[in-house]
Amino acid sequence: MEIAVVDYKGGNVQSVLFALERLGARPTLTADPEVLRRADKVLFPGEGEAASAMQALREAGLDQVLPTLTQPFLGICLGMQLLGQHSDENDTPMLGLLPYQVRRFVPDADHKVPHMGWNNLQALRGPLFEGLTEADHVYFVHSYYAPVGDYTTAQSSHPAPFSAAVQHRNFHGVQFHTEKSGAVGTRILANFLAL
Amino acid sequence: MLNLTYPVVKKRLIPCLDVRDGRTVKGIQFEGLRDAGDPVALAERYAREGADELVFLDITATNQRRQPLTELVRNVARVLDIPFTVGGGINTVADVEALLLSGADKVSINSAALARPDFINELARRFGSQCVVVAVDVRLVGTEWQVMTRAGTTPTGRQAVAWCREAAERGAGELLLTSMSHDGTKSGFALELTRAVADAVSIPVIASGGAGQPADFTAVFEAGGADAALAASIFHFNETALPALKTYLHTAGVAVRL
Repeated sequence: MEIAVVDYKGGNVQSVLFALERLGARPTLTADPEVLRRADKVLFPGEGEAASAMQALREAGLDQVLPTLTQPFLGICLGMQLLGQHSDENDTPMLGLLPYQVRRFVPDADHKVPHMGWNNLQALRGPLFEGLTEADHVYFVHSYYAPVGDYTTAQSSHPAPFSAAVQHRNFHGVQFHTEKSGAVGTRILANFLAL
Repeated sequence: MLNLTYPVVKKRLIPCLDVRDGRTVKGIQFEGLRDAGDPVALAERYAREGADELVFLDITATNQRRQPLTELVRNVARVLDIPFTVGGGINTVADVEALLLSGADKVSINSAALARPDFINELARRFGSQCVVVAVDVRLVGTEWQVMTRAGTTPTGRQAVAWCREAAERGAGELLLTSMSHDGTKSGFALELTRAVADAVSIPVIASGGAGQPADFTAVFEAGGADAALAASIFHFNETALPALKTYLHTAGVAVRL
């Protein structure tokens, strides 16, 4: 199975590569549209700031390529947010595959920003969460979030509910770090590879 | 018992591995080091036992101007499926880039941020606040908490809460607050200091220094307002096992990941 990880100089991809290797996969880190098109699965990790990530995608021509992919696709963290329409983070237009506007959390006495640490998932649905329950925890680090909508396949809250995972056709996204979420994250990655 | 109507982010327990020459060590108040084992093996054990994150501090780096241990970071990242932070002797954007590319999730900066506070802004802009931990070593001098630098050897004249607030405003994603007056003493965390910092910033605060008993953790999460607690010796030398500590905290009503 050919597994491609999108390389756009946009964050820490090494952890995702190692996590895939622990599952016995041999991922290819690439920005080559041809390699991406023929891969069986595509993973799109993201970290950092939305506007510079979109800029890096445009420079690599990937803003045109990614929306045309047809195999199972997984955006992680910022990689999930970028699937939406627009982010409040530096007023950034994004890929537009999903209809959400990405918002910033508002801190209060009990809710620090970034939302950093382990939180539960609720209202799980879809193949990525096969074998998991609402008692399971995943690891989040983010200051911006996608609101809950028809596309939401798992939610969490801080304290407002937000999309912990989304799906539209072949495009899946998770706000948490599958590669850093222990056995639960490993199961979600394995479920994705089995799609 | 907790009866939450919505999920909340859990309080984190973070074993800290002080590394020197590729081995884990732990001292009493930063000196008198004891050997505590192979860091990769310890990291795997802690992850299995339910550690929420790990911190690796290269404790020789600042004083001896040695480059951070990218090789160790790679070996840890290959096996570890929970987040980890690396600190010690980080002075440049290139140092940080090398560690992140090797698989570290966050870096912890300390002396370099005190010497040149714009370093915090530069890292936050370049890599995002989520991976920038500012470590603050403080010592109680009279009635004032003063910030120390160069592995706790040199006073800076800065006051703890003011520096923590400045670090947060400059783009730190998290603070690692160590009371050197408590470090290694097992007499409990610096609760008032931790509370003062937690109330002054809107980013997460990791409390460090003084963990001895399970009740110390309940106190630092509740009275201290910490988001995470870091400890070394009580975990390394099997004085307090992580699973038992988590069960204890859960029973005491602290939201932890079980």
